[in-house]
Amino acid sequence: MSFVLTCPHCGVREVTDFAFGGEVSTRPRVEPSFRELCEYNYFRRNVAGLQREWWYHRSGCRTWFQAERDTRTNAVLRVGLPGEL
Amino acid sequence: MTRLAAQPGERIDRARALSFTFDGRPVPALAGDTIASALYAAGRRTFSRSFKYHRPRGLMCCAGQCPNCLVAVDGAPGVRACTEPARAGARVEHMNAWPGLEHDAMSAIDRVGGAFTPPGFYYRTFIRPRRLWPAYEFVLRHAAGLGRLPRVQAERDWRTEYRRRHADVLVVGGGVAGLSAAIAAAEHGADVVLADEGPEPGGRLLHEGGHERARALAERARAAGVEILCSAPALGHFDGLVAVWQGDTLHQIRARHHVYATGAIEQPLVFAGNDLPGVMLSGGALRLAALYGVRPGERAVVATTSERGVEAALALSALGVEVLAVADLRPAAGASFSGWTVAQARGRAAVTGAVLEPLPGTPGHGAMRLELECDLVVVSGGESPATALISQAGGRTAYDPARGHFALALASLPAGISVAGQVAGYGGAEEAAASGELAGLEAAGAAGAGGARPARPAGPAPLPAVAEAIPPVTAGRGRAFVCLCEDVTAKDIHRSVQEGYDSIELCKRFTTVMMGPCQGRMCQLASVRTMASETGQELEQVGTTTARPPWSTVPLGALAGRPIEPAKRSSIHGRHRELGATVRWAGDWRRAYDYGDPEGEALAVHRAAGLIDVSTLGKLLVRGPEAGEFLDRLYPNRLSNLKPGRIRYGVLTSDAGRIMDDGTIGRLDEESFYVTTTSSGAGAVEQWFSWWLADWELDVHLSDLTQALSAVNLAGPRSRDILSRLTDADCSAGAFAYLDSRQARVAGVSCLLMRIGFVGELGYEIHFPAAYGEDVWDAILAAGAPDGIRPFGLEPQRILRLEKQHIIVGQDTDSESTPLAAGMPWAVKLDKEEDFIGKWALARATEHPAETALVGFALADGYVPTEGAVVLDERGTAAGQVTSARRSRALDRVIGMAWVPAALAGAGTNITIADDGRRLEARVVTEPFHDPAGELLRS
Repeated sequence: MSFVLTCPHCGVREVTDFAFGGEVSTRPRVEPSFRELCEYNYFRRNVAGLQREWWYHRSGCRTWFQAERDTRTNAVLRVGLPGEL
Repeated sequence: MTRLAAQPGERIDRARALSFTFDGRPVPALAGDTIASALYAAGRRTFSRSFKYHRPRGLMCCAGQCPNCLVAVDGAPGVRACTEPARAGARVEHMNAWPGLEHDAMSAIDRVGGAFTPPGFYYRTFIRPRRLWPAYEFVLRHAAGLGRLPRVQAERDWRTEYRRRHADVLVVGGGVAGLSAAIAAAEHGADVVLADEGPEPGGRLLHEGGHERARALAERARAAGVEILCSAPALGHFDGLVAVWQGDTLHQIRARHHVYATGAIEQPLVFAGNDLPGVMLSGGALRLAALYGVRPGERAVVATTSERGVEAALALSALGVEVLAVADLRPAAGASFSGWTVAQARGRAAVTGAVLEPLPGTPGHGAMRLELECDLVVVSGGESPATALISQAGGRTAYDPARGHFALALASLPAGISVAGQVAGYGGAEEAAASGELAGLEAAGAAGAGGARPARPAGPAPLPAVAEAIPPVTAGRGRAFVCLCEDVTAKDIHRSVQEGYDSIELCKRFTTVMMGPCQGRMCQLASVRTMASETGQELEQVGTTTARPPWSTVPLGALAGRPIEPAKRSSIHGRHRELGATVRWAGDWRRAYDYGDPEGEALAVHRAAGLIDVSTLGKLLVRGPEAGEFLDRLYPNRLSNLKPGRIRYGVLTSDAGRIMDDGTIGRLDEESFYVTTTSSGAGAVEQWFSWWLADWELDVHLSDLTQALSAVNLAGPRSRDILSRLTDADCSAGAFAYLDSRQARVAGVSCLLMRIGFVGELGYEIHFPAAYGEDVWDAILAAGAPDGIRPFGLEPQRILRLEKQHIIVGQDTDSESTPLAAGMPWAVKLDKEEDFIGKWALARATEHPAETALVGFALADGYVPTEGAVVLDERGTAAGQVTSARRSRALDRVIGMAWVPAALAGAGTNITIADDGRRLEARVVTEPFHDPAGELLRS
């Protein structure tokens, strides 16, 4: 795997500068059922296609941001701070 | 042996002699020589012993392609002697032969073992009885293989750097096509990198009379700003990133456009004895002569499928090599031996003769034969375009019967890739140069450099076909090798097909053909061809195997590279060295492990006082109106109600309720909390905090102070007195109680003092600006000298904390551990009304009691169990494991912690520990071994 990502603060960097935070999921707002809790903790959609995901600029400004990436081609369509996308 | 007269364009400097050793004997060389050229000039013909049969092998390609000259240089195995520059004093040794290269005992396999060692023999022969496998394996590992790594390597003896390079255009291959492409692109304003595997760019020009042109082109490229990387093979094309290995640097090159001008690889011919030293590719023979002034042989027989061999014969003849015959596999070539081939090379240690015969299916086959005495058989079995990297990028190949090789399907090239020169089918130097220029313009345009976007001129026509298909000659005269790396013969491929492994990919896995160091360079075409004739298929039907990286052999160390995180040292590190500390890695940190006497250091903490550098702790400042709420959401216990000046222990859990990290949280004022984490978890906790902060968007600001602050822990019964001498703050038990924190000056330095006790005695953690590290350290040691204070390291700290059964996250817990099972239910406040990370999972965990529990244990026996030793249940089966164990001199016994089945977790239960054949009886102890009531801690 190799591609470049654009940090909203620092600009274009190699993907190895960043830590992957997984696909964006929503934490339950109220106490979930056991099934919902397990799904939230252990299940991922793992789509082949466009995915919204978390990235952390570990070797840079240490900002968490979100990206929309095509998991088949690693083409990153958009990046932004949470709430911007 | 003398050299040829000075050759135009030769790489050696005859005025500068040097010397290295081969197997301990000195070898004379000239500056510019490779190890191989110097050895060949000194008369050596055998360079290695083959992988399986231990047959002698000699120089073949002289271009770093084939496996025949692999040697060990200064202890590093797998170096190609034909490209490795000869350095004065280098220690060169042979590989894979015993006792020596000339007389290799294992070569008996070649003479007697052939019938017993077909492909796959070891899978079948050595599977029973199973218990003997270790013995078989030992023998087999020594019999086969390509060298041996040194058992021990000095730390940081050799290591590599990563380099990232972004460019407009990357050109791979520095022959005439690649140079022309680089020049065209750079002169149109593109930022160009050119990587070439040879020591200087120029490719075939260098040894085929075009050296002046090559050097002029390289000069022009440099003048245009091209960055030229020499001795730098490209390893693979990974999603647009090309890895290029150059000595101790791994370049990771990302370009907008790629030009592959990787050329073509001259192919050997398959005949009996085709691997004998003295059988050489025409390019190899010419390189030896033209670049190094070394005569490849005295009397030569040439076998070729194209003009290339004929031209080589003429060139060799001009150098004074007596060319006895040219067998041209093209029936209508017009030469005297048209339609003939070399059917056999004779000789034991090296070529002494060659047998020429007409090809099957031509007049005279079976009736005519000619045997010639010679010491050199020059072969040129056509050229196979080096398409591997282009295939990795998405290009496809198709068999071209007219040229006898798999050619690139130009229409299949993905966007962003151009090709030029021989790999694209442009054979002559002029055509290659024109195709290179075209590719360079295309690349500059695609990369948007300089605004130049030239119209695509009509390209030169590819050269007409010159090579005929080579029929494999497998007459029963001895072994005819298809694959030199893995010692696979034509007969082995025949057997593979008979066994049913009749597709090329299956055959590859069964025989290991193409899996060796040449990565199919020398054997892919021959394998496919042999396969086709064995199965009666067309070559196109057989197809090729997948071209996987790495395309060139590369030391693992070059891939591993240098850690991105630099080693971290505390600001007091120099003092630890001066005090004679044993320094070891602890995560990213270099830490003082002990000062020579870990058990004595631990005792000093119990009896008087000790001082440890804990600067490695993660330190986060959490500030803001909602800081308390933020921490309440992150930790299972409540922190918002913590009073300023007080400290609480906290364990961080994930939403699955698993322990992630632990540490202390001190409230400095209404809106500020000072959070410490474990040393190894500092980065992960900072990342975890900032992730939730990004999601929750609370009015909180995070500052990572890990590197900015140093910290020491002053601990022991005398620590209060020692501290009092250095500060004006009231340190009395009443004014500064357990779990209190204070801002105060210590030795004149503004510090944060925290009364906490990881090591179980009265103690103070002192945090202060890192710049004052040594001042504070020195001041405390000086002040404590009358009390017998001793510095203590990580190891005594581990003994001390074990005496208190304080866990180390990651040592005593793993990714499955919850605070409930790890004996810390008090750190979880499920009655907290607000939601927190892990609440739901922990609430469920209380409903289902854990099957295992973390407990302490004590051993009467003096033996310290290995961390990881197994705890047995009543039935004697493995049911848990030891996580920590140490000898405690203070307690005069061995103590530890272990995960045990819940049924065995009660205090006083006897448990059995199995450790490397021993059975140890231990007793469960659930409260701290030392100061169980915490009286000393609170004193």
